[in-house]
Amino acid sequence: MAYALQQLINGVSLGMIYGLIAIGYTMVYGIIGMINFAHGDIFMVGAFLSLIGLLLITSGGMLDGTAAIILVLALSMVFTALYGWTVERVAYRPLRGSFRLAPLISAIGMSIVLQNYVQVAQGARVKPIEPVVQGGFTLMRDGSFAVQLSTMQILIITTTLAILAIFTWLVTRTPLGRAMRACEQDRRMASLLGIDTDRTISVTFVIGASLAAVAGTMYLLRYGVIDFYIGFLVGVKAFTAAVLGGIGSLPGAVLGGLLIGLIETFWSAYFSVQYKDVAAFSILILTLVFMPTGLLGRAEVEKV
Amino acid sequence: MAPILTVENLTMRFGGLTAVRDVSFAAAPGAITAVIGPNGAGKTTMFNCITGFYRPTSGSLTLRHEGREVALHRLAGHRIARAGVARTFQNVRLFAGMTALENLLVAQHRTLMAATGFGIGAVLGLSGYHAAEQAAIGRATAWLEACGLIDRADDPAGSLPYGAQRRLEIARAMCTEPALLCLDEPAAGLNPRESLALGELLRAIRDGKAAEGAAPCSILLIEHDMGVVMGISDHIVVLDHGSKIADGPPAAIRADDKVIAAYLGEGDEDEEGAA
Repeated sequence: MAYALQQLINGVSLGMIYGLIAIGYTMVYGIIGMINFAHGDIFMVGAFLSLIGLLLITSGGMLDGTAAIILVLALSMVFTALYGWTVERVAYRPLRGSFRLAPLISAIGMSIVLQNYVQVAQGARVKPIEPVVQGGFTLMRDGSFAVQLSTMQILIITTTLAILAIFTWLVTRTPLGRAMRACEQDRRMASLLGIDTDRTISVTFVIGASLAAVAGTMYLLRYGVIDFYIGFLVGVKAFTAAVLGGIGSLPGAVLGGLLIGLIETFWSAYFSVQYKDVAAFSILILTLVFMPTGLLGRAEVEKV
Repeated sequence: MAPILTVENLTMRFGGLTAVRDVSFAAAPGAITAVIGPNGAGKTTMFNCITGFYRPTSGSLTLRHEGREVALHRLAGHRIARAGVARTFQNVRLFAGMTALENLLVAQHRTLMAATGFGIGAVLGLSGYHAAEQAAIGRATAWLEACGLIDRADDPAGSLPYGAQRRLEIARAMCTEPALLCLDEPAAGLNPRESLALGELLRAIRDGKAAEGAAPCSILLIEHDMGVVMGISDHIVVLDHGSKIADGPPAAIRADDKVIAAYLGEGDEDEEGAA
Protein backbone atom coordinates (compact mmCIF):
# COMPACT_ATOMS: atom_id res chain seq x y z
CA MET A 1 0.00 0.00 0.00
CA ALA A 2 2.73 2.43 1.02
CA TYR A 3 4.79 1.30 -1.95
CA ALA A 4 1.88 1.96 -4.32
CA LEU A 5 1.33 5.42 -2.82
CA GLN A 6 4.98 6.24 -3.40
CA GLN A 7 4.64 5.17 -7.04
CA LEU A 8 1.53 7.31 -7.38
CA ILE A 9 3.47 10.38 -6.21
CA ASN A 10 6.38 9.61 -8.54
CA GLY A 11 4.05 8.88 -11.43
CA VAL A 12 2.09 12.11 -11.06
CA SER A 13 5.21 14.28 -10.94
CA LEU A 14 6.62 12.53 -14.03
CA GLY A 15 3.23 12.71 -15.77
CA MET A 16 3.08 16.48 -15.22
CA ILE A 17 6.30 16.86 -17.23
CA TYR A 18 4.91 14.74 -20.07
CA GLY A 19 1.64 16.68 -19.95
CA LEU A 20 3.40 20.04 -20.35
CA ILE A 21 5.20 18.81 -23.46
CA ALA A 22 2.12 17.06 -24.82
CA ILE A 23 0.26 20.40 -24.82
CA GLY A 24 2.79 21.70 -27.34
CA TYR A 25 2.17 18.75 -29.66
CA THR A 26 -1.57 18.94 -29.38
CA MET A 27 -1.82 22.74 -29.85
CA VAL A 28 0.27 22.72 -32.99
CA TYR A 29 -1.67 19.77 -34.35
CA GLY A 30 -4.94 21.55 -33.59
CA ILE A 31 -4.01 24.73 -35.41
CA ILE A 32 -2.06 23.57 -38.47
CA GLY A 33 -2.68 19.83 -38.49
CA MET A 34 0.94 18.72 -38.35
CA ILE A 35 2.97 16.80 -35.79
CA ASN A 36 5.85 19.00 -34.75
CA PHE A 37 8.53 16.34 -34.37
CA ALA A 38 11.06 18.98 -33.32
CA HIS A 39 9.04 19.69 -30.16
CA GLY A 40 10.90 17.09 -28.09
CA ASP A 41 14.14 18.81 -29.00
CA ILE A 42 12.68 22.17 -28.09
CA PHE A 43 12.15 20.61 -24.65
CA MET A 44 15.81 19.52 -24.66
CA VAL A 45 16.92 23.04 -25.61
CA GLY A 46 14.77 24.34 -22.75
CA ALA A 47 16.54 21.98 -20.32
CA PHE A 48 19.95 23.13 -21.56
CA LEU A 49 18.99 26.79 -21.31
CA SER A 50 17.88 26.18 -17.72
CA LEU A 51 21.18 24.46 -17.01
CA ILE A 52 23.13 27.42 -18.35
CA GLY A 53 20.90 29.86 -16.48
CA LEU A 54 21.20 27.89 -13.27
CA LEU A 55 24.99 27.76 -13.45
CA LEU A 56 25.23 31.48 -14.23
CA ILE A 57 22.91 32.47 -11.41
CA THR A 58 24.10 30.13 -8.68
CA SER A 59 27.83 30.22 -9.44
CA GLY A 60 27.90 33.94 -8.75
CA GLY A 61 26.36 33.08 -5.41
CA MET A 62 23.85 35.88 -5.93
CA LEU A 63 20.74 33.84 -5.43
CA ASP A 64 19.78 30.40 -4.36
CA GLY A 65 16.70 28.32 -3.68
CA THR A 66 13.29 29.45 -4.86
CA ALA A 67 14.31 32.86 -6.23
CA ALA A 68 16.95 31.23 -8.41
CA ILE A 69 14.51 28.64 -9.73
CA ILE A 70 11.90 31.25 -10.65
CA LEU A 71 14.52 33.31 -12.46
CA VAL A 72 15.90 30.27 -14.28
CA LEU A 73 12.38 29.25 -15.27
CA ALA A 74 11.61 32.70 -16.65
CA LEU A 75 14.89 32.92 -18.59
CA SER A 76 14.48 29.46 -20.01
CA MET A 77 10.87 30.14 -21.05
CA VAL A 78 11.79 33.34 -22.87
CA PHE A 79 14.75 31.92 -24.76
CA THR A 80 13.11 28.60 -25.60
CA ALA A 81 10.09 30.52 -26.90
CA LEU A 82 12.52 32.30 -29.21
CA TYR A 83 13.71 28.94 -30.48
CA GLY A 84 10.13 27.77 -31.01
CA TRP A 85 9.29 30.94 -32.92
CA THR A 86 12.39 30.63 -35.10
CA VAL A 87 11.76 26.97 -35.93
CA GLU A 88 8.24 27.81 -37.11
CA ARG A 89 9.40 30.84 -39.08
CA VAL A 90 12.32 29.08 -40.76
CA ALA A 91 11.16 25.52 -41.25
CA TYR A 92 7.34 25.46 -41.36
CA ARG A 93 5.94 28.76 -42.58
CA PRO A 94 7.66 28.68 -46.00
CA LEU A 95 6.08 25.25 -46.53
CA ARG A 96 2.54 26.26 -45.63
CA GLY A 97 0.23 25.47 -48.53
CA SER A 98 2.67 22.85 -49.74
CA PHE A 99 1.76 19.15 -49.61
CA ARG A 100 1.02 17.70 -46.19
CA LEU A 101 4.21 15.70 -45.75
CA ALA A 102 6.54 18.63 -46.44
CA PRO A 103 6.38 20.33 -43.02
CA LEU A 104 6.49 16.90 -41.35
CA ILE A 105 9.78 16.05 -43.03
CA SER A 106 11.03 19.55 -42.32
CA ALA A 107 10.16 18.95 -38.64
CA ILE A 108 12.24 15.78 -38.52
CA GLY A 109 15.05 17.80 -40.10
CA MET A 110 14.70 20.52 -37.47
CA SER A 111 14.84 17.85 -34.76
CA ILE A 112 18.18 16.57 -36.09
CA VAL A 113 19.49 20.13 -36.52
CA LEU A 114 18.66 21.03 -32.91
CA GLN A 115 20.22 17.84 -31.52
CA ASN A 116 23.44 18.29 -33.44
CA TYR A 117 23.57 21.97 -32.69
CA VAL A 118 23.39 21.33 -28.97
CA GLN A 119 25.85 18.45 -29.28
CA VAL A 120 28.38 20.69 -31.00
CA ALA A 121 27.76 23.75 -28.85
CA GLN A 122 27.54 22.00 -25.46
CA GLY A 123 29.44 18.76 -25.96
CA ALA A 124 28.15 15.22 -26.11
CA ARG A 125 28.87 14.29 -22.51
CA VAL A 126 26.11 13.91 -19.95
CA LYS A 127 25.74 17.07 -17.86
CA PRO A 128 25.09 16.53 -14.16
CA ILE A 129 24.14 19.24 -11.68
CA GLU A 130 24.20 19.39 -7.91
CA PRO A 131 20.71 18.96 -6.46
CA VAL A 132 19.22 22.43 -6.08
CA VAL A 133 16.18 21.61 -4.04
CA GLN A 134 16.60 19.10 -1.26
CA GLY A 135 14.54 17.75 1.56
CA GLY A 136 10.96 16.64 1.75
CA PHE A 137 8.39 15.07 3.98
CA THR A 138 7.76 11.55 5.09
CA LEU A 139 4.07 11.00 4.59
CA MET A 140 3.72 7.61 6.21
CA ARG A 141 5.74 4.66 7.36
CA ASP A 142 5.00 1.02 6.64
CA GLY A 143 7.54 -1.14 8.40
CA SER A 144 10.90 -0.11 7.03
CA PHE A 145 9.41 1.59 3.96
CA ALA A 146 8.80 5.34 4.19
CA VAL A 147 6.65 7.19 1.69
CA GLN A 148 8.56 10.29 0.67
CA LEU A 149 7.15 13.43 -0.88
CA SER A 150 10.17 15.52 -1.83
CA THR A 151 10.14 19.30 -1.98
CA MET A 152 11.14 18.94 -5.62
CA GLN A 153 8.02 16.90 -6.39
CA ILE A 154 5.84 19.47 -4.62
CA LEU A 155 7.54 22.16 -6.66
CA ILE A 156 6.95 20.30 -9.94
CA ILE A 157 3.30 19.62 -9.21
CA THR A 158 2.44 23.13 -7.96
CA THR A 159 4.35 24.93 -10.71
CA THR A 160 2.77 22.78 -13.39
CA LEU A 161 -0.72 23.31 -11.99
CA ALA A 162 -0.16 27.08 -11.79
CA ILE A 163 1.18 27.25 -15.34
CA LEU A 164 -1.73 25.13 -16.57
CA ALA A 165 -4.22 27.42 -14.85
CA ILE A 166 -2.69 30.50 -16.50
CA PHE A 167 -2.60 28.70 -19.81
CA THR A 168 -6.24 27.58 -19.60
CA TRP A 169 -7.30 31.11 -18.77
CA LEU A 170 -5.30 32.41 -21.73
CA VAL A 171 -6.97 30.02 -24.16
CA THR A 172 -10.54 30.29 -22.93
CA ARG A 173 -10.85 33.88 -21.74
CA THR A 174 -8.60 36.21 -23.74
CA PRO A 175 -8.92 37.56 -27.30
CA LEU A 176 -5.66 35.78 -28.11
CA GLY A 177 -7.06 32.42 -27.05
CA ARG A 178 -10.27 33.05 -28.98
CA ALA A 179 -8.22 33.82 -32.08
CA MET A 180 -6.29 30.59 -31.57
CA ARG A 181 -9.46 28.55 -31.27
CA ALA A 182 -10.97 30.31 -34.28
CA CYS A 183 -7.90 29.50 -36.40
CA GLU A 184 -8.09 25.93 -35.20
CA GLN A 185 -11.66 25.56 -36.44
CA ASP A 186 -11.50 27.48 -39.73
CA ARG A 187 -8.26 29.27 -40.53
CA ARG A 188 -9.56 30.84 -43.75
CA MET A 189 -12.65 32.25 -42.06
CA ALA A 190 -10.59 33.63 -39.18
CA SER A 191 -8.45 35.46 -41.70
CA LEU A 192 -11.59 36.91 -43.33
CA LEU A 193 -12.56 38.35 -39.96
CA GLY A 194 -9.30 40.26 -39.79
CA ILE A 195 -7.27 37.84 -37.66
CA ASP A 196 -3.62 37.63 -38.70
CA THR A 197 -3.41 33.84 -38.87
CA ASP A 198 0.35 33.72 -39.40
CA ARG A 199 0.88 35.65 -36.20
CA THR A 200 -1.60 33.47 -34.32
CA ILE A 201 0.28 30.36 -35.44
CA SER A 202 3.55 31.94 -34.28
CA VAL A 203 1.99 32.63 -30.89
CA THR A 204 0.95 28.98 -30.68
CA PHE A 205 4.53 27.86 -31.23
CA VAL A 206 5.80 30.39 -28.70
CA ILE A 207 3.36 29.18 -26.04
CA GLY A 208 4.09 25.52 -26.80
CA ALA A 209 7.84 26.13 -26.56
CA SER A 210 7.61 28.02 -23.29
CA LEU A 211 5.56 25.19 -21.75
CA ALA A 212 8.23 22.76 -23.01
CA ALA A 213 10.82 25.00 -21.32
CA VAL A 214 8.97 24.63 -18.01
CA ALA A 215 9.06 20.86 -18.52
CA GLY A 216 12.78 21.09 -19.37
CA THR A 217 13.55 23.01 -16.20
CA MET A 218 11.54 20.57 -14.09
CA TYR A 219 13.25 17.60 -15.73
CA LEU A 220 16.68 19.08 -15.06
CA LEU A 221 15.90 19.81 -11.41
CA ARG A 222 14.24 16.45 -10.82
CA TYR A 223 16.76 14.15 -12.49
CA GLY A 224 19.89 16.29 -12.31
CA VAL A 225 21.36 14.93 -15.55
CA ILE A 226 20.68 15.92 -19.13
CA ASP A 227 22.31 15.36 -22.49
CA PHE A 228 21.60 16.44 -26.03
CA TYR A 229 19.58 13.31 -26.74
CA ILE A 230 16.88 13.48 -24.02
CA GLY A 231 14.48 15.25 -26.37
CA PHE A 232 13.88 12.16 -28.43
CA LEU A 233 12.62 9.70 -25.84
CA VAL A 234 10.78 12.21 -23.69
CA GLY A 235 9.38 13.85 -26.82
CA VAL A 236 8.02 10.59 -28.21
CA LYS A 237 6.47 9.74 -24.84
CA ALA A 238 4.80 13.15 -24.67
CA PHE A 239 3.56 12.57 -28.20
CA THR A 240 2.13 9.25 -27.02
CA ALA A 241 0.44 11.15 -24.21
CA ALA A 242 -1.07 13.61 -26.69
CA VAL A 243 -2.39 10.75 -28.85
CA LEU A 244 -3.73 8.86 -25.83
CA GLY A 245 -5.57 11.95 -24.59
CA GLY A 246 -6.91 12.68 -28.07
CA ILE A 247 -4.72 14.82 -30.29
CA GLY A 248 -6.06 18.35 -30.57
CA SER A 249 -7.60 18.29 -27.08
CA LEU A 250 -5.84 20.36 -24.41
CA PRO A 251 -7.31 18.68 -21.32
CA GLY A 252 -6.62 15.39 -23.13
CA ALA A 253 -2.91 16.23 -23.35
CA VAL A 254 -2.65 16.72 -19.59
CA LEU A 255 -4.71 13.62 -18.87
CA GLY A 256 -2.66 11.56 -21.33
CA GLY A 257 0.57 12.86 -19.79
CA LEU A 258 -0.55 11.84 -16.31
CA LEU A 259 -1.61 8.38 -17.50
CA ILE A 260 1.66 7.76 -19.35
CA GLY A 261 3.63 8.93 -16.30
CA LEU A 262 1.65 6.62 -14.03
CA ILE A 263 1.80 3.63 -16.37
CA GLU A 264 5.54 4.01 -16.78
CA THR A 265 6.17 4.38 -13.06
CA PHE A 266 3.95 1.50 -12.00
CA TRP A 267 5.37 -0.74 -14.70
CA SER A 268 8.92 -0.03 -13.50
CA ALA A 269 7.90 -0.63 -9.90
CA TYR A 270 6.01 -3.87 -10.31
CA PHE A 271 7.34 -5.47 -13.50
CA SER A 272 10.62 -4.48 -15.04
CA VAL A 273 12.49 -1.21 -15.33
CA GLN A 274 14.16 -2.28 -18.58
CA TYR A 275 10.82 -2.62 -20.33
CA LYS A 276 9.19 0.61 -19.15
CA ASP A 277 9.52 2.21 -22.58
CA VAL A 278 7.93 -0.85 -24.15
CA ALA A 279 4.95 -0.35 -21.85
CA ALA A 280 4.61 3.30 -22.82
CA PHE A 281 4.86 2.66 -26.53
CA SER A 282 2.51 -0.32 -26.43
CA ILE A 283 -0.04 2.21 -25.23
CA LEU A 284 0.64 4.28 -28.35
CA ILE A 285 0.02 1.29 -30.60
CA LEU A 286 -3.07 0.14 -28.71
CA THR A 287 -4.53 3.65 -28.81
CA LEU A 288 -3.91 4.05 -32.50
CA VAL A 289 -5.42 0.67 -33.30
CA PHE A 290 -8.45 0.62 -31.03
CA MET A 291 -9.18 4.26 -30.22
CA PRO A 292 -7.61 6.53 -32.83
CA THR A 293 -9.42 9.62 -31.53
CA GLY A 294 -8.01 9.11 -28.03
CA LEU A 295 -9.77 9.54 -24.71
CA LEU A 296 -11.03 13.11 -25.08
CA GLY A 297 -10.56 13.65 -28.79
CA ARG A 298 -13.51 14.21 -31.06
CA ALA A 299 -14.05 12.25 -34.22
CA GLU A 300 -13.11 13.98 -37.45
CA VAL A 301 -16.31 15.11 -39.14
CA GLU A 302 -16.06 15.13 -42.89
CA LYS A 303 -17.32 18.47 -44.20
CA VAL A 304 -19.35 18.25 -47.37
CA MET B 1 -21.10 60.35 -54.62
CA ALA B 2 -18.08 58.21 -55.45
CA PRO B 3 -18.90 54.49 -55.49
CA ILE B 4 -17.78 52.45 -52.50
CA LEU B 5 -16.63 49.58 -54.68
CA THR B 6 -15.45 49.85 -58.26
CA VAL B 7 -14.86 46.68 -60.24
CA GLU B 8 -12.94 47.33 -63.44
CA ASN B 9 -12.37 44.78 -66.21
CA LEU B 10 -12.28 41.90 -63.75
CA THR B 11 -11.26 38.60 -65.33
CA MET B 12 -10.70 35.30 -63.52
CA ARG B 13 -9.44 32.23 -65.34
CA PHE B 14 -8.97 28.71 -64.00
CA GLY B 15 -6.72 26.99 -66.52
CA GLY B 16 -8.70 27.09 -69.76
CA LEU B 17 -11.97 28.09 -68.13
CA THR B 18 -12.83 31.78 -67.91
CA ALA B 19 -15.23 32.05 -64.99
CA VAL B 20 -15.48 35.85 -65.01
CA ARG B 21 -14.81 37.79 -68.20
CA ASP B 22 -14.07 41.51 -68.26
CA VAL B 23 -16.76 42.55 -65.77
CA SER B 24 -17.01 46.18 -64.66
CA PHE B 25 -19.55 47.78 -62.36
CA ALA B 26 -19.76 50.12 -59.40
CA ALA B 27 -21.59 49.76 -56.08
CA ALA B 28 -22.98 52.98 -54.61
CA PRO B 29 -22.40 53.75 -50.94
CA GLY B 30 -25.38 53.28 -48.64
CA ALA B 31 -27.11 51.06 -51.16
CA ILE B 32 -27.90 47.37 -51.60
CA THR B 33 -26.36 46.10 -54.83
CA ALA B 34 -27.38 42.63 -55.97
CA VAL B 35 -25.48 40.37 -58.35
CA ILE B 36 -27.78 37.85 -60.02
CA GLY B 37 -27.46 35.34 -62.80
CA PRO B 38 -28.16 31.70 -63.65
CA ASN B 39 -26.08 28.87 -62.16
CA GLY B 40 -22.46 28.99 -63.25
CA ALA B 41 -22.66 32.65 -64.24
CA GLY B 42 -19.56 33.48 -62.18
CA LYS B 43 -21.23 35.22 -59.23
CA THR B 44 -19.44 33.36 -56.46
CA THR B 45 -16.12 33.53 -58.33
CA MET B 46 -16.45 37.31 -58.49
CA PHE B 47 -17.29 37.38 -54.79
CA ASN B 48 -14.24 35.32 -54.01
CA CYS B 49 -12.10 37.82 -55.88
CA ILE B 50 -13.56 40.75 -53.98
CA THR B 51 -13.06 39.07 -50.60
CA GLY B 52 -9.53 37.85 -51.28
CA PHE B 53 -10.21 34.14 -51.72
CA TYR B 54 -8.94 34.31 -55.27
CA ARG B 55 -6.44 36.63 -56.84
CA PRO B 56 -7.99 37.90 -60.09
CA THR B 57 -6.20 37.06 -63.34
CA SER B 58 -6.56 40.69 -64.42
CA GLY B 59 -8.57 43.79 -63.63
CA SER B 60 -8.85 45.88 -60.51
CA LEU B 61 -11.05 46.14 -57.44
CA THR B 62 -11.08 49.45 -55.60
CA LEU B 63 -12.70 50.13 -52.25
CA ARG B 64 -13.31 53.79 -51.33
CA HIS B 65 -13.97 54.30 -47.67
CA GLU B 66 -13.44 57.28 -45.39
CA GLY B 67 -11.54 59.15 -48.09
CA ARG B 68 -9.09 56.31 -48.69
CA GLU B 69 -8.75 54.18 -51.79
CA VAL B 70 -7.70 50.57 -51.31
CA ALA B 71 -6.75 48.20 -54.13
CA LEU B 72 -8.36 44.99 -52.87
CA HIS B 73 -6.80 42.76 -55.51
CA ARG B 74 -3.37 43.43 -54.00
CA LEU B 75 -4.15 42.62 -50.36
CA ALA B 76 -3.72 39.46 -48.28
CA GLY B 77 -6.87 37.90 -46.77
CA HIS B 78 -6.82 39.44 -43.31
CA ARG B 79 -5.91 42.87 -44.71
CA ILE B 80 -9.02 42.86 -46.91
CA ALA B 81 -11.09 42.38 -43.78
CA ARG B 82 -9.21 45.22 -42.11
CA ALA B 83 -9.80 47.45 -45.14
CA GLY B 84 -13.55 47.13 -44.44
CA VAL B 85 -14.92 44.17 -46.40
CA ALA B 86 -16.83 41.42 -44.57
CA ARG B 87 -18.53 38.41 -46.08
CA THR B 88 -20.79 35.45 -45.41
CA PHE B 89 -20.89 32.11 -47.19
CA GLN B 90 -23.38 30.15 -49.25
CA ASN B 91 -22.90 27.25 -46.85
CA VAL B 92 -22.62 28.79 -43.38
CA ARG B 93 -19.09 28.91 -41.96
CA LEU B 94 -19.43 29.67 -38.28
CA PHE B 95 -16.96 28.51 -35.65
CA ALA B 96 -19.28 25.67 -34.70
CA GLY B 97 -17.48 24.73 -31.49
CA MET B 98 -17.57 28.25 -30.06
CA THR B 99 -20.62 29.93 -28.52
CA ALA B 100 -22.69 32.46 -30.47
CA LEU B 101 -21.23 35.24 -28.32
CA GLU B 102 -17.67 34.04 -28.85
CA ASN B 103 -18.21 34.00 -32.60
CA LEU B 104 -19.08 37.69 -32.42
CA LEU B 105 -16.11 38.42 -30.16
CA VAL B 106 -13.67 36.74 -32.53
CA ALA B 107 -14.87 39.15 -35.21
CA GLN B 108 -13.80 42.04 -32.98
CA HIS B 109 -10.36 40.57 -32.48
CA ARG B 110 -8.51 43.38 -34.17
CA THR B 111 -10.06 46.21 -32.15
CA LEU B 112 -9.64 44.17 -28.97
CA MET B 113 -6.02 43.36 -29.67
CA ALA B 114 -5.19 46.95 -30.53
CA ALA B 115 -6.91 48.19 -27.36
CA THR B 116 -5.06 45.71 -25.18
CA GLY B 117 -1.53 46.17 -26.46
CA PHE B 118 -1.69 43.00 -28.57
CA GLY B 119 -2.73 40.72 -25.77
CA ILE B 120 -0.04 41.79 -23.34
CA GLY B 121 -2.54 43.95 -21.48
CA ALA B 122 -4.91 41.01 -21.26
CA VAL B 123 -2.22 38.80 -19.75
CA LEU B 124 -1.26 41.46 -17.24
CA GLY B 125 -4.91 42.22 -16.45
CA LEU B 126 -4.68 45.94 -17.22
CA SER B 127 -7.83 48.01 -16.79
CA GLY B 128 -7.82 49.10 -20.45
CA TYR B 129 -8.31 45.49 -21.41
CA HIS B 130 -11.32 45.15 -19.17
CA ALA B 131 -12.97 48.23 -20.70
CA ALA B 132 -12.25 47.04 -24.24
CA GLU B 133 -13.62 43.58 -23.47
CA GLN B 134 -16.78 45.12 -22.02
CA ALA B 135 -17.24 47.31 -25.10
CA ALA B 136 -16.80 44.26 -27.34
CA ILE B 137 -19.36 42.28 -25.34
CA GLY B 138 -21.69 45.28 -25.56
CA ARG B 139 -21.49 45.39 -29.34
CA ALA B 140 -21.89 41.62 -29.59
CA THR B 141 -24.99 41.80 -27.37
CA ALA B 142 -26.51 44.54 -29.52
CA TRP B 143 -26.08 42.37 -32.63
CA LEU B 144 -27.41 39.27 -30.91
CA GLU B 145 -30.52 41.30 -30.09
CA ALA B 146 -30.77 42.58 -33.66
CA CYS B 147 -30.76 38.97 -34.90
CA GLY B 148 -33.10 37.70 -32.21
CA LEU B 149 -30.45 35.40 -30.77
CA ILE B 150 -29.88 36.96 -27.37
CA ASP B 151 -31.40 33.95 -25.57
CA ARG B 152 -28.93 31.61 -27.23
CA ALA B 153 -25.77 33.65 -26.66
CA ASP B 154 -24.02 30.87 -24.74
CA ASP B 155 -25.06 27.97 -26.98
CA PRO B 156 -22.48 26.50 -29.34
CA ALA B 157 -23.01 28.06 -32.76
CA GLY B 158 -23.18 24.61 -34.34
CA SER B 159 -26.28 23.69 -32.31
CA LEU B 160 -28.41 26.62 -33.53
CA PRO B 161 -31.13 26.07 -36.14
CA TYR B 162 -30.13 26.81 -39.73
CA GLY B 163 -31.94 30.14 -40.03
CA ALA B 164 -30.38 31.33 -36.77
CA GLN B 165 -26.91 30.31 -37.99
CA ARG B 166 -27.40 32.42 -41.10
CA ARG B 167 -28.42 35.45 -39.03
CA LEU B 168 -25.50 34.87 -36.67
CA GLU B 169 -23.11 34.78 -39.60
CA ILE B 170 -24.40 38.16 -40.77
CA ALA B 171 -24.06 39.51 -37.23
CA ARG B 172 -20.50 38.21 -37.07
CA ALA B 173 -19.63 39.91 -40.35
CA MET B 174 -21.13 43.16 -39.02
CA CYS B 175 -19.04 42.94 -35.84
CA THR B 176 -15.92 43.57 -37.92
CA GLU B 177 -17.49 47.02 -38.57
CA PRO B 178 -17.25 46.74 -42.34
CA ALA B 179 -17.85 49.45 -44.93
CA LEU B 180 -19.06 46.83 -47.38
CA LEU B 181 -20.95 43.67 -46.42
CA CYS B 182 -20.83 40.88 -49.01
CA LEU B 183 -23.53 38.22 -48.68
CA ASP B 184 -23.42 35.00 -50.69
CA GLU B 185 -27.01 33.76 -51.06
CA PRO B 186 -28.21 34.84 -47.62
CA ALA B 187 -31.75 33.55 -48.27
CA ALA B 188 -30.71 30.06 -49.40
CA GLY B 189 -32.54 27.44 -47.36
CA LEU B 190 -34.74 29.94 -45.54
CA ASN B 191 -38.52 29.64 -45.49
CA PRO B 192 -40.63 32.54 -46.88
CA ARG B 193 -41.18 34.04 -43.43
CA GLU B 194 -37.47 33.94 -42.62
CA SER B 195 -36.66 35.44 -46.03
CA LEU B 196 -38.97 38.34 -45.32
CA ALA B 197 -37.32 38.95 -41.93
CA LEU B 198 -33.91 38.75 -43.61
CA GLY B 199 -34.92 41.44 -46.11
CA GLU B 200 -35.90 43.71 -43.23
CA LEU B 201 -32.64 43.02 -41.41
CA LEU B 202 -30.60 43.85 -44.52
CA ARG B 203 -32.46 47.13 -45.05
CA ALA B 204 -31.86 48.02 -41.40
CA ILE B 205 -28.15 47.22 -41.78
CA ARG B 206 -27.95 49.44 -44.87
CA ASP B 207 -29.49 52.33 -42.95
CA GLY B 208 -27.44 51.70 -39.81
CA LYS B 209 -30.56 50.99 -37.77
CA ALA B 210 -30.11 47.27 -37.17
CA ALA B 211 -28.25 47.49 -33.89
CA GLU B 212 -27.36 50.14 -31.38
CA GLY B 213 -24.29 52.09 -32.41
CA ALA B 214 -24.11 50.53 -35.87
CA ALA B 215 -22.96 52.69 -38.76
CA PRO B 216 -24.73 52.55 -42.13
CA CYS B 217 -23.19 49.86 -44.30
CA SER B 218 -23.26 49.24 -48.04
CA ILE B 219 -24.29 45.75 -49.07
CA LEU B 220 -23.33 43.60 -52.03
CA LEU B 221 -25.28 40.37 -52.35
CA ILE B 222 -25.63 37.34 -54.56
CA GLU B 223 -29.10 35.89 -54.49
CA HIS B 224 -31.25 33.38 -56.32
CA ASP B 225 -34.49 34.27 -54.56
CA MET B 226 -35.96 36.87 -56.93
CA GLY B 227 -38.54 37.93 -54.37
CA VAL B 228 -35.79 38.99 -51.99
CA VAL B 229 -33.65 40.58 -54.72
CA MET B 230 -36.41 42.65 -56.33
CA GLY B 231 -37.80 43.64 -52.95
CA ILE B 232 -34.69 45.07 -51.33
CA SER B 233 -32.08 45.90 -54.00
CA ASP B 234 -31.33 49.45 -55.05
CA HIS B 235 -29.24 48.31 -57.96
CA ILE B 236 -28.85 45.00 -59.81
CA VAL B 237 -25.98 43.60 -61.86
CA VAL B 238 -26.75 40.56 -64.02
CA LEU B 239 -24.06 38.08 -65.03
CA ASP B 240 -24.35 35.26 -67.56
CA HIS B 241 -21.56 32.90 -68.59
CA GLY B 242 -19.03 35.11 -66.82
CA SER B 243 -19.96 38.36 -68.57
CA LYS B 244 -22.13 41.25 -67.46
CA ILE B 245 -25.32 41.43 -69.51
CA ALA B 246 -27.26 44.10 -67.65
CA ASP B 247 -26.85 46.69 -64.89
CA GLY B 248 -29.54 48.95 -63.47
CA PRO B 249 -32.39 49.50 -60.98
CA PRO B 250 -34.78 46.54 -60.36
CA ALA B 251 -37.57 47.87 -62.58
CA ALA B 252 -35.25 48.16 -65.57
CA ILE B 253 -33.76 44.71 -64.99
CA ARG B 254 -37.19 43.12 -64.80
CA ALA B 255 -37.98 44.47 -68.28
CA ASP B 256 -34.57 43.73 -69.83
CA ASP B 257 -34.80 41.32 -72.77
CA LYS B 258 -31.30 39.92 -72.34
CA VAL B 259 -31.97 39.10 -68.69
CA ILE B 260 -35.23 37.36 -69.50
CA ALA B 261 -33.45 35.40 -72.21
CA ALA B 262 -30.64 34.36 -69.88
CA TYR B 263 -33.10 33.14 -67.27
CA LEU B 264 -35.61 31.47 -69.55
CA GLY B 265 -33.08 30.21 -72.09
CA GLU B 266 -34.83 31.95 -75.01
CA GLY B 267 -32.85 33.28 -77.93
CA ASP B 268 -29.79 31.19 -77.11
CA GLU B 269 -27.73 30.95 -80.32
CA ASP B 270 -27.06 27.20 -79.96
CA GLU B 271 -30.67 26.30 -79.44
CA GLU B 272 -31.73 28.53 -82.29
CA GLY B 273 -29.30 26.78 -84.57
CA ALA B 274 -30.61 23.40 -83.49
CA ALA B 275 -34.20 24.45 -84.08
